Amino acid sequence: MAHEEGAEVVVETHALYKRYPGTTALADVNYRVYSGRINCLIGENGAGKSTLMKILAGADTPSDGHVSVRGEPVHLDSVAAAERAGIGIVFQELNLFPDLSVAENIFIGHELKRLSLISSSAQKQHASEQLKRLGLDIDPDTRLGDLYVGQQQLVEIAKALIKKVDVLIMDEPTSALSQTEVDVLFEVVRSLRAEGLAIIYISHRLEEVMNLGDHITVLRNGEKVAEDLIANVDIPWIVSAMVGGSAGEFENLPSSGHAPNFEVRNLTLKRTNGLYALDHVSFRAGRGEVIGIYGLMGAGRTELVETIYGMSRNAGGQIVLDGADLSNASAIKRLKAGISLVPEDRQTSGMIQGMSVRENMSLSSLPSYAWSRLMPWIRRTLEQRDAEGMISWLRVKCASASVPMTSLSGGNMQKVVIAKALLTKPKVMLFDEPTRGVDVGAKTEIYKAMKAIAEEGVTVIYTTSELNEVLAVSDRIIVMSTGRITADLPRTQATRDQIIECSAPTAGAAEALIFS
Amino acid sequence: MSLSTKLMPQNSRAATTSRVFLLILRLRIFLALFAVLVYFAVTTDRFLTINNLLIMAQHITIFGILSIGMTLVILMAGIDLSVGSIVGFAGMAAGYLIMEGIPIGDHVLFLSVPSVIVVTCLIGLVIGLVNGLLITYLNVAPFIATLGMLYVIRGAALLSNDGSTFSSLAGYEELTNTGFFFLGTGTVLGIGTPVWILAGLTGLAIVLAQKTPLGRYIYAIGGNESAAVFSGLPVRRVKLFVYAFSGFCAAIVGLIVTSQLHTAHPMTGDTYELRAIAAVVLGGTALAGGRGTIIGSVIGACVISILNDGMVMSGISNFWQMVIMGMVIIFAVVVDQAQQRLEKRVLVSI
Repeated sequence: MAHEEGAEVVVETHALYKRYPGTTALADVNYRVYSGRINCLIGENGAGKSTLMKILAGADTPSDGHVSVRGEPVHLDSVAAAERAGIGIVFQELNLFPDLSVAENIFIGHELKRLSLISSSAQKQHASEQLKRLGLDIDPDTRLGDLYVGQQQLVEIAKALIKKVDVLIMDEPTSALSQTEVDVLFEVVRSLRAEGLAIIYISHRLEEVMNLGDHITVLRNGEKVAEDLIANVDIPWIVSAMVGGSAGEFENLPSSGHAPNFEVRNLTLKRTNGLYALDHVSFRAGRGEVIGIYGLMGAGRTELVETIYGMSRNAGGQIVLDGADLSNASAIKRLKAGISLVPEDRQTSGMIQGMSVRENMSLSSLPSYAWSRLMPWIRRTLEQRDAEGMISWLRVKCASASVPMTSLSGGNMQKVVIAKALLTKPKVMLFDEPTRGVDVGAKTEIYKAMKAIAEEGVTVIYTTSELNEVLAVSDRIIVMSTGRITADLPRTQATRDQIIECSAPTAGAAEALIFS
Repeated sequence: MSLSTKLMPQNSRAATTSRVFLLILRLRIFLALFAVLVYFAVTTDRFLTINNLLIMAQHITIFGILSIGMTLVILMAGIDLSVGSIVGFAGMAAGYLIMEGIPIGDHVLFLSVPSVIVVTCLIGLVIGLVNGLLITYLNVAPFIATLGMLYVIRGAALLSNDGSTFSSLAGYEELTNTGFFFLGTGTVLGIGTPVWILAGLTGLAIVLAQKTPLGRYIYAIGGNESAAVFSGLPVRRVKLFVYAFSGFCAAIVGLIVTSQLHTAHPMTGDTYELRAIAAVVLGGTALAGGRGTIIGSVIGACVISILNDGMVMSGISNFWQMVIMGMVIIFAVVVDQAQQRLEKRVLVSI
């Protein structure tokens, strides 16, 4: 029971395909958006939601198929073309200028002019009207950076609305908002619906979807797998549609009985808006154990591993490794004590682009290649030997250890970053989204490598936002949501439904499902 | 250089051409040096005389030494605008120590010449350290911190003797603090002392940059500072060292210049920082950091000094000299960009 009689379909895609080298992001998607309705779009990371929205917003073009607006085929080959067709988007990350005023932000790129000069008074007046429509009572002259995040989100919506759109795409608009701000936003979304706008609402928070939505469409692996009226469905239906019927085969047998050597107690970290990025996080890990940390965007995964590594200065709580308290130690000391990190974004924080593979690998452990403190020459042969050892052990595909880092593919770059962390001889290795932006084959190899590292007695802790990956190699699974641990269980006891439920930010599972 | 030969398909003629071209581009600073030497040797009388070469060597040392410190700073994606002022201040400090002495109570302490040199070098080091502290701990942008220091130190140099010079730094026979001139004008084995100092510092800096963890860290910080932090490198300590080293190099230059002129003038070294930066850029070091060599900068300093002296000797007007110098610097960067594009293309064509 997919189609709703009596509601107008404003946007429709017909057999839409989007292919990238090696992958198909969208396959035969026939998606319908109803005007005067809140159309929810649901799917795991990588299911194709963003690709679909990019196509509708004119930021990407389909490989095959077409889009029609009110029955007329349209060519959405630019953001401007999409705006002309009446489609506007509010991106997940705010695209605002903190030092410009609210009015200037709203009209950026679409300035109201008189005699080819910007007419501030007209902008202010129109901005005021839009802000009132959104229930935001602020002076349009206010500096944007002085607003709360929730207010900024509304400014972003106002920016989309002045383009007179009748389809508004909202990509996870609540991921950075507090509960009160979410309530305000919901009122706004409902009032826009009452004005007859079609809202496309993307969210991971299933309860939000149940609460707010009229229609739901579920994507999985680039295909539309289900669509229905929200009134006809419940959360278990959504979950099973998202993850599919197959429970998936566990290739690796989880091991247990690891001697605990690493402990995190009551770790806290506050965001600038006063909310907890990490809300009293505690867990233990054992030698050779593989822990998968699952959470959605904004759950606090990256904050957790970076805080453990010592990158956050105002974090509270304790970190103990082999009985030594490292809570106040700098990242450099923690690295020496045996904690290493493979960061989330290898391009910006993982590698030195201008250096060779060998130089990148040895970077964190260079003093160990020096003759002595007084004669700190790097012993090139040792360095070369270790780099070559890592290249063969991790199966890095490169002509030699001397080739520049930038000549490698994403997966091989990631292996070099892993080698760099590994050469510090760590006791605890943190991997932040280790498979982000690498192809499927390399993913498997990276997970195999992580398992092999754990078998050497290293505690492996990795984060991921993909269900299959958290289940792939972990011995234990920790689920995070809004900075808290909402589940900590052996993989043998974990089920997909449970993990998804615990990861939902407003889920009732906040009471935390903790098994010993 | 073995890289391109290994990666390029051997059968393609176009590939061979671009490989040769790339090699020329990589060695361009040596070719430029050769070119200016040949040009002036042919066109200018008395250019290729021992005497003239010795004089030019003295000039080269000044910017050569400054460019060594500056190279490390720029490799780290920083900048040090204060070196010219440090040159002036170091000279004044040495003049003060030799001629006035340090008043302690009723007595005046005169240091021996070696002690004066050590103390002056320490002063340069400390000023550089302050630059580093401003940049690392107070998060002042390197351009601003060292620009501020440029004025502060120049002002201090002028204040130190109320705008006057310390002339005739011969020292006092009875105090046995004579012999300061050896530093600037003396010779060892027929070669001027400053040239030995330049050679020594060049060797030291090359080993430091190429062979030690510290050198690798400097390249890493300039290449990607965020990754350097995530790799657990002592980023702040490295920065402190590099700025202190740059101040140290400037102080040595201050000593040499003062010793050569027999006079400490408070405006000595004015705009030297710009010439040092020009030498570094000419030598192929990227202002964005992470790429460049010490030897390139030293050769770059040679090219700039020889070009300068050669133009003076062939009677080119002062004004034209400035125009030509500016064009050479800009041309060097344009060629560098061409090299970077070609490097990428060669890499992609594997």
